[in-house]
Formats: sequence, structure tokens, C-alpha cells
Amino acid sequence: MFELLGIPPQALFGQLLLGLINGSFYAILSLGLAVIFGLLNIINFAHGAQYMMGAFLAWMLLHYLGIGYWWALILVPVIVGAFGVVIERLMLSRLYKLDHLYGLLLTFGIALIIQGLFRNAYGISGMPYSIPSQLAGGQNLGFMFLPNYRAWVVVFSLVVCLGTWFMIEKTRLGAYLRAATENPTLVGAFGINVPRMITLTYGFGVALAALAGVLAAPVYSVNPNMGADLIIVVFAVVVIGGMGSILGAIITGFGLGLVEGLTRVFYPEASSVVIFVIMAIVLLVKPAGLFGRA
Amino acid sequence: MTDKTLDTATPRGGMPPLHRAIFVGLLVVFAVAPFVLYPVFLMKILCFALFACAFNLLLGYGGLLSFGHAAYFGGASYVSAHAAKVWGLTPELSVLCGTAAAALLGLVIGSFAIRRQGIYFAMITLAFAQMVFFFSLQAPFTGGEDGIQAIPRRALFGVFNISSDINFYYFVLAVVFAGLLLIYRIIHSPFGQVLKAIRESEPRAISLGYRVNSYKLALFVLSAALAGLAGATKALVFQLASLTDVHWSMSGEVVLMALLGGMNTIFGPIAGAAVVVTMQNYFASFGAWVTVLQGVIFVLGVLLFRQGIVGVIARWLKRPL
Repeated sequence: MFELLGIPPQALFGQLLLGLINGSFYAILSLGLAVIFGLLNIINFAHGAQYMMGAFLAWMLLHYLGIGYWWALILVPVIVGAFGVVIERLMLSRLYKLDHLYGLLLTFGIALIIQGLFRNAYGISGMPYSIPSQLAGGQNLGFMFLPNYRAWVVVFSLVVCLGTWFMIEKTRLGAYLRAATENPTLVGAFGINVPRMITLTYGFGVALAALAGVLAAPVYSVNPNMGADLIIVVFAVVVIGGMGSILGAIITGFGLGLVEGLTRVFYPEASSVVIFVIMAIVLLVKPAGLFGRA
Repeated sequence: MTDKTLDTATPRGGMPPLHRAIFVGLLVVFAVAPFVLYPVFLMKILCFALFACAFNLLLGYGGLLSFGHAAYFGGASYVSAHAAKVWGLTPELSVLCGTAAAALLGLVIGSFAIRRQGIYFAMITLAFAQMVFFFSLQAPFTGGEDGIQAIPRRALFGVFNISSDINFYYFVLAVVFAGLLLIYRIIHSPFGQVLKAIRESEPRAISLGYRVNSYKLALFVLSAALAGLAGATKALVFQLASLTDVHWSMSGEVVLMALLGGMNTIFGPIAGAAVVVTMQNYFASFGAWVTVLQGVIFVLGVLLFRQGIVGVIARWLKRPL
């Protein structure tokens, strides 16, 4: 076998794949944050907790009701998204006239409640969730072994991200959404129900987080803390990319996942902080973020 | 972040009588309290009161919500613990080392974070604090998961023996009150008035010729240093510096204290710290329910009780507190 820079290719490509997987989750989560931020002007701190809820709900559907992965992929985002709609109607909608930081504090509180409840019920040790039988096994590509499920996660995430991009940038619904982001009063004057659009947008963003959770369930063990640390990294991703552009969020997410993977190969000690270091550099060079508007 | 900002300007000639009475009252209560209540519990309240006031200096008077203040609190506790245990320094020098380290950390992180505002500022401070957390987890001198344990309490100034809890209590009381009075002074200084102007309207402050970013950075460093003072002292109280103090949940707790007690008030964070610490103390056996309860207080606080405990009292008295 050949070697690259003294690193065996299995290790290199293995880590790159893992980076791509992480990048998929960064992309979907930062996309959800960006969509919510665009219309609601709040940062959804509960995003990590909602991602964790997605993974847990998939596990619960399987263990209590015997409903498998494929149904979970559809049902879980709908259920968690509905939960998001309820939160928006009951709580967030009361805060729009106030400073945006209150939205951050409120969703942080919601995240604490969700995480605390799941920790009480299931402890902090992880629950395994097995890979669906259709996607078990893998391909030997010669230079590396590619597990089918991981390939599926990357491809499916790309489809979801690009689908969301298409919906927002190229459809009539997306045009309403972008218009409401620019000037909600004017859009309301054209007879479009902006408050309902805001509610559904929050629900959609939350559903994206839950979908990422279902995808993550077979990769990582399902545990109540899985979202808490991830969301901080996703915040850094959002700061790096800037929240002005949907495509920017997708590219930044996947790109940073790859960078993290490469760091794990060449300088493992720094892998947990490399994204934060990149954030610091971006803040020095282009404070608005790579794709942000100042 | 106010619904209605209370005027905190001081009449010439120093502290208004009401504030002086509150400070004296608090001092008397805390001086007598260790004869009634457990001193370590009281010291914990004192340290967190200072931490929350330092945090609120940035939020309430600079309008900057930091979600990473655990970095300075916990970072200083590690440095102070290391100074006392490995370098063999006396308590006051250990605490000063911790404070200086926090100030330095605040200078570095602050100079990045003030480049953005609002929620971005919150996310950036949180991300940097997470970096400090990973550093504390991996650095050789922090002891990883175990932390730094069994920190000795040496003689104060090398002379006075303060190893017993009750003697150490008065050292902590002195440090915390010095910190609180300094915060009070900062808020009511000409520097504090400029900060208020920046918070109310940044473009106007710039047009008046103030170098806004220098003011913000100075405030950030002061807030980080005072949070460090609290953390450095706390490490000596518990004779332990651990990952808990640098974890993001600690950053969240201090936000909760300020919110509950009343942002934009001077005494609010003290009340908030007392309530949150007491709650943790009495509900400790309920495990993760404490987290749930904190979350519920956050949600209710934001939805229904934005002025906080002291804010409500201040409105009732029609006086700034």
C-alpha cells in the first residue's frame, strides 16, 4: 500500500470520512440555526437539545413501539418539529419586541430542562442504536473501507441541505420567507400571514435538528449530553460562516468537518479546539464571517 | 437589555445613604452569619456573589452578554490552586496570581470578542470558554478529571494562621467586599458613565469622540479579572480546583444569577447568587432535577420576571438599587 506524508491511507481516509460525517451534522445544524435566525432574529440555544431529542425519540420508537429507522427518519422530525411549534407559540412569540438576547436566554433554559429531564430518565451512559439492516456492512474501496451507513449519512445530509437551499432560494415559498426576513411589515401588508410563517420556520429549523439526531443515533451512542457540546462547536461554525447565506452555512459546515478530520490525523491534540482557533482567525481577518454580511 | 433603565448616577459626595446602608447591612449580616450558618456554605455564596456582580458589570453596564465567564472564574481557580500548592505562595498572593491570569485571559478573548455584538458576542465568548475547558482537560498542570486537590491554606501574609474555616471566612469576606466596592466604584466613575452612553447608543458615543472599543475591552478585562478574583478565592475555600468551574454550565449559572437577581441592578446579582447557591445546596440530592429547575427559572425569569428580585424591589421603592 502507498503512504501519504507518512500516514497510512486507511487512517487518513478514515478520519476524513469521520470529518465528513461530523461536517454533515455541523452543516444541518448550522443551516437550521441560520434559517431560524433569519426570520426570528434569535439564536436557538435549544438546538443541541432538540438534536438530542431526535436521537432519543428514534431510540424510543424502536424500543417501545418497534418502529424502525426508516419510519423514524420521517416521524421524528415531524414530532420534534411540532414540539418546536408549541414552544414558539407559547414562549418565543412573546419575546419578539424585546432585546434578542432574551431569546438566547429562554432557549438556553429550554435546553437545560430537556437535558435535565432526559438525564433523569436515562442516566448519562449511552444507549446503542443499531444500524438499519439495509445499510449494514460496507464497501472495500481499495484504499479504505467505507461503511455503507456512513456513506448514506453524508449523501443524505447533502441532499437535505441542498433541498433546503433550493426551497429557500428558488421557490415561491422561499421568496416569501426571504422577503419576510428583509421586511416583515411589508410582507404582512401583502396579505401573507407572517406570524404563522415565523412559527412554521421555527418548527422547520427544529425538525432539521431532530433529523440530524436520527442520522446521528447509529453513529454515536444516544445520550442526553450528545447535543450540549456539539452545539457550542456549531456556534463557532456559525460565527465562522456568518449567518447571511444558506449555501455558506452548508459549505462551512462540511469544510470545517473535513479540517477537523485532517487535524485528527496530523495533530490529534488540537482536534478538539481547531474550529475555535479558526474562529479566532476569521474574527481577525473578516469579523462578519466568511459568507456574512457586515 | 433593559425594559426600563434605572438611573444609577450618584449625587456628588459619594455613595447615596440607601446604598451605604445596604452595604453596611450586608457586611454586618455576613460578619455575624458564620455563627449561625455553616461557614463554607456562606463562603460559597460570597464567592458566587462576587462572580455574579463581575459578570453583571459587563452585561448590566456594558450591555454585553458573555456566555463564557466560567473561563475566567475556573481559569483563575486553577492558577490560584497551582500557586498555592506547587509554588507554595501565601493565600493573598495565590489569589492575586489567579486574578492576574484571568485579566490576561480576558484581554486575549475580549480583544477577539468585542469585534462582534449581540448574540454573536455571546456565541464567541462561549466558544472561547469551551477552548479553555478543553485546555484545562488536557494541560499537564490541571490534573485532568481529578483537578487540583488538597490545596493548602497557608498563613495570610506569611504571618496570620487562617487555616480554620471560621478564620478563612473573614479573609474571604474582606476579599469579596473589596471586590464589590470596586465594582460599585467602577459603575459610578466617569468611566462607568461613558460605558452607559455606549450601551444606550454606540454610534452617538463614537460621534462624541470616544474610542468605544477601548472602553469595551477595558470593561471586559475588569469583568474577567473580578470573576477571576472570585474563582481564585473559591479554589482556596474548597481547597479544590476542578473542571466544574470551567464548564459551560458554570457560565450558564452565572447568567441565571444575574437574571434572577436583576440585571441592571447593583445588588441584584448578590441576591441571585444567594438564591441559586442555596437552591443547589438543598436540592443537591435530587441530581439532574437541579438542572431542570434552573431551566424552569430561566424560562419563567425571561417570560415573566425580567426585572429580577432586586429590580422589582427597586421599582417598588422607586430608587435605583
